[in-house]
This record gives sequence, structure tokens and C-alpha cells, in this order.
Amino acid sequence: MLSFLIRRILRIIPIAFCVVTILFFLFQLVPGDPALLIAGPMASPEEIAQIRHSIGLDQPLLVQYWDRISGLAVGDFGYSLTFKGSPLPQVLARLPATLWLTAVSIALTIVIGIPAGVLSALNRGRIIDNAVAVVVVGFLAIPNFCIGLLLITFLSVELGWLPSFGFEDWRSVIMPALALAARLIALVARMTRNVMIEELRKDYVRTARAKGLRRNTVVVRHVLRNALIPVVTVIGLQAGYLLGGAIVIERLFSWPGIGDLLINAVGLRDYALIQGITIIFVVGFLLINLATDLLYMAINPRLRDA
Amino acid sequence: MREASLALRRRFQLPRSTNFTLTLGGIILAVYVLMAVFGRFIAPYGIDDQDLLSSLAPPSAEHWFGTDALGRDIFSRVIVGAYYTLSAAMVSVALASIAGVIIGILSGYGRGLLATALAALIDLLLTIPSLVLAVVITSVINSSVVGLIVATTITFIAPMARLVRSRTLEIQQEDYVQAARGLGAGNPRIMLRHVLPNAMTVILVEASLAAGQAVLVATALGFLGLGVPPPAPEWGTMLGEGREYLGSAPHLVLCPALAISILILGFNLFGDGLRDRLDTRSE
Repeated sequence: MLSFLIRRILRIIPIAFCVVTILFFLFQLVPGDPALLIAGPMASPEEIAQIRHSIGLDQPLLVQYWDRISGLAVGDFGYSLTFKGSPLPQVLARLPATLWLTAVSIALTIVIGIPAGVLSALNRGRIIDNAVAVVVVGFLAIPNFCIGLLLITFLSVELGWLPSFGFEDWRSVIMPALALAARLIALVARMTRNVMIEELRKDYVRTARAKGLRRNTVVVRHVLRNALIPVVTVIGLQAGYLLGGAIVIERLFSWPGIGDLLINAVGLRDYALIQGITIIFVVGFLLINLATDLLYMAINPRLRDA
Repeated sequence: MREASLALRRRFQLPRSTNFTLTLGGIILAVYVLMAVFGRFIAPYGIDDQDLLSSLAPPSAEHWFGTDALGRDIFSRVIVGAYYTLSAAMVSVALASIAGVIIGILSGYGRGLLATALAALIDLLLTIPSLVLAVVITSVINSSVVGLIVATTITFIAPMARLVRSRTLEIQQEDYVQAARGLGAGNPRIMLRHVLPNAMTVILVEASLAAGQAVLVATALGFLGLGVPPPAPEWGTMLGEGREYLGSAPHLVLCPALAISILILGFNLFGDGLRDRLDTRSE
């Protein structure tokens, strides 16, 4: 178990290394001289040459690449134009807001999506099943930022119930998290419904009922437990979508997370910052994958030895 | 009962489920294609015609979707805007499918260093959340229709490649591939004549569903100000601009949002219907 955990965490390192490599060569495609950007329009040629030398731009490409990689190994994330230094502290300061948003979204997915799917499966073909199906199709078709805009229009502008931007009290997180989670809620509800229907047909359900267990006990203790395995996988696989979606949602709700920072960085062409944030996103994605696998093992004991 | 109905369907070659979703999706997409092709002729007003006296007017008989801050007719802009989103989505998914299919088949079929390297590249690209990847790419390319298409294309290569790769690995085990090899067919022939046709079902379904996602990515980039710059009537860009007027004129946002959502719905229905229609494996 422990060796599995260590192996998986160590695997993040080469992946992050490859991502940096791709970004490094991608950013070489950018026209223009980064030293000019740093120096500003008023700088003299000497100053520009000075800056170029100080961040290593006058070195051959491979030397620059090596500097970047070896710098990362000791925690040097490069020179951020926006923050006039390492982008790492700013990225880390913004990270909790994104984590909070993502965590609340996953919680909402579990609290809304799974019960909706279960209700749907237990009332197959009735009104509630059809209602859930309609909402699922809608949530899969409406982009998250459109849902966010709709929520703002109705809940903040029309009704004034919830704050529409920023990060103040606990109520601020409700709308962004709901908008972000909508698609995942729909996927999970649909998946739960289909798997539940499949499971309810199986022999062990009849056996459990025959030996006198109540319907609710059978559903919760046996059927749901089996149905959850593929559902957890869906949540884990879609977590990357959640992280990506956070970019738009954070922008829309002026949420002070790293997604919002990434858009600022792209606007300012701050490549060290873009690189830093991308690495954080990739590591976050891999950690969520790892958490999914661990959860998977907790639910399905047969996988523990593997 | 179930077996009986299956036998019946097989006998009369009926599809497994009704084609309602496929038809509805097809109709929606056809309407959008017409809008994209003939938009400028259908639209009641010009997309740049300003009428500052009636700016931010709510929907009325004269302006069905109302007007924006410059008094431009939103209905006309939404119709003409179909061109940007639809072409970005379809071109990028077509390009991504071609690249994804080539990478997927080579990495699934081959055995050498190239196959291993391609498989590793697919896994690597999949660890970058798709919208993050698209946003990062737009930082290198200037915002334009071409930039939008490039960013969206790269985003969808890896998922397609992964799918084709796993399907190729399955097909390789089939008897007919072994038979073809036994008869002396070369690798290119097996890949083109046996693997590709048999993977086509999954490819078409995935491409249709990916097109819906591509609409989402393309409009999201527009909304973030990284897509086609104004004054082009790109829906995402319109949403980004309309956001300022949520309190006074919500129709600025609701109308393009509706156009985007129905288009994604169309692709989703079409993809789901196509899967039901073509998929014979899940029987």
C-alpha cells in the first residue's frame, strides 16, 4: 500500500518534467523578445542587453532549457514579469481559493448527483425519472459559464440573494461551485441511474430481499455500494474538466484563484507565471487521479492487492 | 421478452432504439449549418449597423433578441455568429480527429520506439486539463479565428488518440486481423483496410460528441477575451461584452447563451443517437 503510494507520487516528477519541456519549446514559438517586455519601452539597448544576460536569454537554446529544468529542481520557477520575481509565492497564495472551489464542486456533485441518480433509478419511467433526465440533458448542453451567468442574473441581480463576485463569506462559493459542478452533477446522476438499474436486476438483490432485509437497506448497503465503483471513476476522470472549467468560472465570478491568475498571465504574456500555474494544474490533476484510485480501493476490496 | 424483441429487431434490421435523438440532433445541426452559410442573407439587420438611439433595447417585434450597447441587432449578430463557432468547432474536430486517428492507430498497432513514444505523449497531454491547454496555446498565438481553431484542435487530439489506440489494441486481437496477416497482408494494408474501418464507429461518435465540447471550448475562449476579437459577432465574445450589462439588459447574455447551448445540445443528441444507431458491440 505504502509502496504503491510512493510510486505513484514519484511518477508525478517525470510528468511535470515533460510538461515543462513542452511548454519551454512552445514558448519559443512566440514572436518578440521577452527582454524587451521586461525592460519596457523606455529602456536603452544596454539595459536590454543587461536584462537579456541576467535571465540567460543570450545563451544557446539548449543551455537555456537546461537552466530552466535544473532551476525547477531546486524550486526556481523563473522570472515573472507581473511580480518582478519568482511567481511561486503568488501562485501558492492563490491556490487555496481554487482548491476550495473545486472541493465544494465535488461535494455538490456527490450530494446532488448521486441521490438524483438513485431516485431516478428507483422511480424508473415515472415523472421524477423524466424530470432528472431533462435536467441532465440541459446541464450537459449549457456551458458552465452560461449557467454561471444565468445564476448571477436570477439569484443576484433579480433576487439579490447571493453575492455575484469575489470571495467574502461562505455564500460566495455557492454560485461558482454550482456552475462549475453542473456538468459533473449531470454525468454522475446519469451514470448512477444506469448502474443502479443494472445492479437492481441482479440476483443478490432478490436474495437480500428474500431473507427479509428492507428495501432501503438493500439499496443503501448493497446496491449503492456496488454502483458507486464506476461512479467514483467518472468523478475522478472528470476532475480535470473541473480544474479546466475553474478558469472560466473564476474569471466570471472574480474568484481569486489560480485560474483567474492564468488568464491575467496570458493577457500579460507572463510566461514564467503561465508555466508555474500549468504545472500546479497538472500536479493537481494527477493528485486527484491518485485520490480516485485510493477511493476506488476503499470501495472495492478486491483491488487492494493489485 | 427482451431476447424476443432483440431477435425481431435483428430480423428486420431495426436500430436498437428509436432514431428520435439522431433525427432531432440532425435537424438542430442542419439549422445551424444554414445559419452559418446563409447568415448574412437571412439576418434582418447588418451585424455592424448601429442605432445608438435604441441601444440596450429589450426584445421586441422589431428586434427579436433586443439590441446591444451600440444598438446593434442581437438576433442578426447571433445568426451571423453561427459561422465562427460552427466552423471553429467542426474544423478543429476534423483536424483533431485526423491527427488523433493517425497517432492512435500508430501507437496502438506499432511496437517500436515510435509507438511507445506516441502512447506516452497521449498520456502526457491528457494530464493537462483541456481548457488550460487551450488557454496556454492562445498565449502563443494571436487571437483570431485561426488561433481559436489551433487551440481547440490541439485540445481534442489526445482524447481521440487515446480512444483510437484502445480500439486498435482490441481490433488487433481479432481473428480477421490474424487471418489477413496470415495471408501475407502488410502492416499498412492491415491498418488501412482492417483496423481503420472497424474503428470508424467509435471515431464518428467521439467526433460528434467532441464537436459539442469544442463549441464549449471555443466560446469559453471568446468569453475570456482570448478568441475572435470584437466587433466580430462571435458568441463567446458577445457574452464577455454583454456581461457588463447583466443588471440592465440580461438579453445581451441570454440570447448568445441560448444559441451556444442549443448547438451543444444538437451535437450531443446527434452523437448519442449515432452511438445507438451504429454501436453493435454492446449487445
